[in-house]
This record gives sequence, C-alpha cells and structure tokens, in this order.
Amino acid sequence: MFAYYFQLGLRSLRRNPALTALMVMAIGFGVAASMTTYSVFRAVSGNPIPDKSAQLFVPKVDNWGPQQNLKDNEPPDALDYVDAMALLRAHAAKRQTMLYQVMMSVMPGGDRELPLNANGYAVGSDFFAMFEVPFRYGGGWSAQDDDARAADVVISGELNRKVFAGENSVGRTINLGGHDYRVIGVTSHWNPQPRFYDLFDNNYFAGEPDIYMPFTRAMDLKMYPVGRNSCRGKLSYTTWEGFTQSNCVWISPWVELDSPAEVASYRNFLTNYAAEQQQAGRFNWAPNVRLRDVVQWLDYYQVVPPESSISLMVALGFFLICLVNTIGLLLAKFMRRAGEIGVRRALGATRSEIYAQYLIEAGTVGLAGGVLGLLLTALGVSGVGILFQPEIARLAQVDFSLMGLTLIVAIAATVLAAFYPAWRAAHVQPAWQLKAG
Amino acid sequence: MNIQIRPILVALRRHKAGTLLIALQIALTLAIVCNALFIIRQRLANLSEPSGVDESSVFVIRNQWAADWPTAQVDTQVKADMLALRQLPAVRDATPASGYPLKGGGWDNYISMTPDQTKPTTDAAVYTGDEHFIDTLGAKLIVGRNFRPEEVMVMGTQQAITPPVVIVTKALADKLFPGGNALGKSFYAMGTTPSTIIGIVDPLQRQGVDRWANAYAGQALIWPIRAAFSGGLFYVVRAKPGQLAEAMREAPKALIAQSHMRIIDPKDGVLDYATIRHMVYDSDRGMAILMGIICVVLLAITAAGIVGLTSFWVGQRRRQIGVRRALGAKKRDILAYFLTENFLISTAGVALGAVLAIAFNLWTKTRFEMSQMSMTYVGVGVIVLLLLGQGAVLAPALRASRVSPVEATRSV
Repeated sequence: MFAYYFQLGLRSLRRNPALTALMVMAIGFGVAASMTTYSVFRAVSGNPIPDKSAQLFVPKVDNWGPQQNLKDNEPPDALDYVDAMALLRAHAAKRQTMLYQVMMSVMPGGDRELPLNANGYAVGSDFFAMFEVPFRYGGGWSAQDDDARAADVVISGELNRKVFAGENSVGRTINLGGHDYRVIGVTSHWNPQPRFYDLFDNNYFAGEPDIYMPFTRAMDLKMYPVGRNSCRGKLSYTTWEGFTQSNCVWISPWVELDSPAEVASYRNFLTNYAAEQQQAGRFNWAPNVRLRDVVQWLDYYQVVPPESSISLMVALGFFLICLVNTIGLLLAKFMRRAGEIGVRRALGATRSEIYAQYLIEAGTVGLAGGVLGLLLTALGVSGVGILFQPEIARLAQVDFSLMGLTLIVAIAATVLAAFYPAWRAAHVQPAWQLKAG
Repeated sequence: MNIQIRPILVALRRHKAGTLLIALQIALTLAIVCNALFIIRQRLANLSEPSGVDESSVFVIRNQWAADWPTAQVDTQVKADMLALRQLPAVRDATPASGYPLKGGGWDNYISMTPDQTKPTTDAAVYTGDEHFIDTLGAKLIVGRNFRPEEVMVMGTQQAITPPVVIVTKALADKLFPGGNALGKSFYAMGTTPSTIIGIVDPLQRQGVDRWANAYAGQALIWPIRAAFSGGLFYVVRAKPGQLAEAMREAPKALIAQSHMRIIDPKDGVLDYATIRHMVYDSDRGMAILMGIICVVLLAITAAGIVGLTSFWVGQRRRQIGVRRALGAKKRDILAYFLTENFLISTAGVALGAVLAIAFNLWTKTRFEMSQMSMTYVGVGVIVLLLLGQGAVLAPALRASRVSPVEATRSV
C-alpha cells in the first residue's frame, strides 16, 4: 500500500505544479538555511576532546585582587610566572602542564634559501599524553627531559614535510632561532577545534601549530610569550626578571584529574596555596580560585561566535515560517480534492487509509523539498566563506551525516506539517461531497 | 466598506485554520524581518566608520626576524629598514609600529588620572611609532604638534616603557577632559610616570573592532616609541598618490635586499587597507548579507503563501461569489471584499508580530549584548508586510472579481 500511495503522491506533485513548486521551494529554502547555519554552528561548538573533556581542568589563582579583577571578581584567565612555577613545583595532579605561545624561525638549509616561520607552544612533557596528541614518528619527551631542560622538540607533520621532506626525522637536528634542537617526535595532523587548550590567546580556530618545545627550556632561554599578555596596575619592568615578577598573566595551566575525589583534593590544594600566599603577604585578599573542565572552560570563554548563534536562531525561525506556509498550502492542496476523497470514502476507504495516503503524499513533497534543500545546502556551505572568517568557513563541511540530516529533517518536518491538513482530509463528509459534486 | 466587515468576519470563522496560518506566518515574518533589518543597519554602520587612515595609499608589512637578536641590534636593523623604505621612489613615508587601526585584537592600556587610582578612568588602544607615524597613516593632527625625533624611545620585547609625551585621539581627549583643552594635560597609562598630551588627532580608529570595545570607540593614544621586538613588528608604509601597487611590489624587495634575516609571509605578509578592512569586518558584512538574503526569501515565501491560500479560497467560493454578483454586487465590491479580508488578517498578524519582534530583540539583547531596537524598524516592518499582503492578494482577488454571475446557476 505504501508503494502505491507513494506513487499517487508523486503523481499528485504534477497535478498542481504551481502549488507544488511553492511548497517544495519553501521547504528547500527553509531546510537549506537551517542546515547551512547548523553546519557552521556544529563546527564551532563541538567538543574538541569528547573522551577526556571531563578529566582536563584549568586552575585559576587570583593574583590581581578584587579591585583589579575581571567582572564579578573573576580571577585572571591565565597565570603569572610566579604562580605558574609554584603550581608546577607542587605537582599536585597526576598529570599537569603549563603552556604558552612561542614563535621561532627555522634557519635556511638544504634547498631552502629563506628562513621559515614556526609557531608553536612551550609545554610540559605531560602535554602529549594529556591531550592525546597523535604521533607519526617518535613521541614526546620525558619528565627527566623537563628537569634537564633538554633541547628537544616535537614538530608537526607539515613542518617535517617542509624541512625533512616528510622522512622520519626523529633524532635529527633542527635549528630554531639560532639554537640546535633534537627532533624527538613528529605529530600526525593534530589541530583540535576550537583550540580549547589555549583559549587565552583568542585564536580558537587557528591553523595547526608547527612546534612544541619544553617549557623549562623556554624559561631558560627567557623566551617571551608571543601571544596575549594581560596586566594590571602600574608597570615598569624592562628585563626578563622584571617581567616574570610582574602581575602580568600569560601562562595557561592544565591538570588531569580522574575522579571527583581528585578534583576535590586539587581544589583544596589551590585554596591552600592561595591562603599561603595571603599569609606570606603576597596577596592581601582571601583565596579566590577556580577549577573548570574543558566544557565549562569553552562555555566561560563563549567560544561560539555570536554571529553563528544568531544566524542559527534566525534560520530556525525562517524554517518555522516555511513550515507554517507548508501547512497552509497542503491544506489548500488536499481540500481541493475533497470531491475525490468523498468518492473514495463512499467506495469504502477508511479514514485511516485516507490519513495514510495524504501523509505519504506530504512525505513525497518533503522528499522533493529535501533534495532541493540538499543542493541549496551544498551551495550555502560553499558560500559560508563570505559570511564567516575563513578559519571557521574551513570547518563547515557537507558530509554524509549532514546530507542525511537534511533529508530527514525535510521529510519529517513536512509530514509533521501535514498532520492537520491530512486530518481535515480524512474528515471530509462523503455524502456532502457527493451531493455537491 | 464598513458594512462589509461583519460578513467577512463571519466567513473567516468558517476558515479558522487558514486564517490562523496566514496571520501566524505574517507575525513570524514580521518578527524576523524587523530584527534582520536592525542587524543589517547596525552592521553596515560599523562598516562605514572612518579609520582615520589614508586607506587608498597605506599598506602594512608584517616583518618577522629570522634571528634571535638583542634589542640594540634589532633597532639598528629597523632604522636601516626605514631608510631603505623611505628612499623608494613610490614611497611617501614609513614607520615601524606595534599595531595599526583595524588590525583586529591589539594592545590596550587602562588610563588613570592619578598615580594611586585603583579603578581606571577608561581604556585606550595603544599605538607606537616614530615621528613619521602620523604622516604615514595620514592621520589629521587637529591641535598641538607632532613628535620630535629626539623624543622617540626604543622599546624591546616586553618592556614597559612610558614616554613622557603622548598624542591622543579627540575621542580620548574628550573622555579624559570633558571641559576641553586637553593639550598640555597629563594622565597615566599603566606606567609609574605620567604622559603629557602634546597633540590631538581626529579621527583614528582602534586596532580591534570587538564588541566589548564599543564603549571605548575611537579612544587611542600614540607613544613616540620605535618598537624593537625580537619576534618582529609591523612596517606601515604610505605610497605616493596612485603608486600603491608599485610601492607594495618594491617595498618587500627592498627589505630583503637590506637583510635576508627576515620572514615576510608570501601569502599575507603585505596587506593593503582594502584587505585589512575587508578582513576585520568580515563577520559584519557576512551577517548583513545573510540577513538580507533571509529577508528577501522570507518575504517572497510569505507572499507566495498568501497567494496560494487565497487562490484556494477563491476557488472554493466561486459559487458564492457568483450569487453575490447575481444579486447586484459589482466587481469592485468583490475585489474590496478580498482586499479587506486580507487586511483584517494581516492586521491581526502584524499586531502579534510586533510583540514577537520586540521579544526577540530583548532576547538577543540579553544573550548577545545587542542594543535596543528602535520602534522605527517595527513600524517599517508593519507597513512592508501590510503592503505585501495587499499586493499578494491582488491577483487572486482580481480573478475572483471576474467570476461571472452565471456561476451562481452552476453547481461546482
């Protein structure tokens, strides 16, 4: 019966071409607008590390005080040097890393005449295990290397391709900013989006970093951060020592805590640390600390650009209007055939059969709208580049799940919209129609 | 016309579903269109803000060093680079800078009036440049004087240096000294020593255009500093009139010839102001276009929906129309009937829509820090939708008015 009703539905599409075209276009545009904006929204609001997001935490310590803090006495978004070193030494979590952005140049060599730019991070040895960095060759460095301030470096597959022609370069030497480093690992492509581990630097959707070097080594070399640096009060430092003793925050800390007990205990540790600082006279305010996991941290930073949220809301409203429009048009389309329904009912068709027939007919309209919507979505997603920053546009893609979702949403929404018109059709009075006809 | 309203209302009661659907569609369309127009207007206003830069001839080179040099050596290289750039025939002037208007992001300092003030007075974007900065950007000095060469200080990476003199924008001067006459007065910009205002420029936009900075729009200060950062810095260059393309081609070559120990990204290392403006306002323009498309398609779909449903009604009522015509109603009366019917439905729709529009605006206001929508948008939206409804209903209504009285005798 389904196949027959489906055939009837297809045939009826051709019966009122203008009305049908109107409905198909309304559904097609509505679903395409929603899906295009949804693809962007999905790209920017996804959880970048779903399996571990509940175990990774950002601790915060208030080194500015209530007078200078962010809104609602929120402590600064990163650590200053003094607190970062203290937390590092205390090692109160199973795994932990400090990190900040560095930039170096790769000296000319081989057949390259001009130096290359290499962006990346100074990180601890735990970084790679904590964030599940995939390796093509080799691996990260050890905790001993951290302590030894080793001149080790992990490079991206892309930089490996540029400098070592993509060969296994583990153990080879690379000159960065005039210093020799030993390549200890080459990553496979790894660029979680948004870059949850470094929200402080505001490059949520940046390209893949080129290098990772030991944090301790960067401290030894007095490498200034190239990312953000946020300070309060009066500043007068002119040297590395002055800078590291200032209240400027620039180091992002991360800890891995596996159980609620560990979380509670780390929170205690933070509070105690702040209390010690208060007793020592460094802070003259009560302990004010925070501990947020990945999802809370993304939420706190409002990573999803307001553009994509607003356009998603507008697109949903747009889709809703298209559906209201479809209800009206389906009503017109079905009721136009009241006479025909009367005949069928008089010949013995039950109400539920009429109901089924018209719902299936609506489904075919939805299918046609979905196919149009699919084409328009593909067009829309490729046009996203003019609406959003290229970094975000790059992330929005048409994949099988989006295609499936487009068709399902189009059909489901149209069938849903058809409930009332089909109900009206099923309640046509056969006797009245036959008499009038 | 007055007499006709009652029968229309009675008839509408027999078409509750269709009436409700049209009214609802008009209401939702109004809500979305008002807010979309409001967003477009706001975004376009952003786009056309003047930067204070001579945008047709200024471009920016992002220069990174390939070596780890101490501050003094970087400064020597910067001075040599400036000499090389300013000697180019197509170049009018050049300056080393830590940032430039519309760069996005950028360097900001809090401003206080006294050294021991804990809550800052306001916030300003910080620019650094030598005595060529103002001429290179093409900014207008409205009061006071430019920096003298001997006032320019050298600043290495992460050095908190506070020059004793400063040039500020008019917006900042007015904010700090509302009484006017800011020239010669001083303030603290996160330093231990004050800076005295020696000149005022107007206008000069900030580096970032982020929404949080709207409260500080146009507030910027320029310090006489030659940045000698170990990582790299920006070279802002002003070409002679009409020679932008040539200057943009020659400048990087001249720099590479000066020293190889630098990296100028071949893709986006040299940017003209059209590109800079384009990049920083990307999302504003994108939102305006998106909202524009949505408005047009939405209005088209709503109009089509009205045409569709009204045609259906006309088809259903051919006999009744025929009867009315046979009883003496003129074509005009039939036309007026359908126009009035649509007007009544539309009025109900726009009334509900106005409420929805304001509610949606309030919601985006709290959620996305948008500003309050003026009632003009709702007013314009109401008029547009009422006209749209009348326009959409015209074709089916005309068809209805042409129904012949003979139809009354046929059974359809």
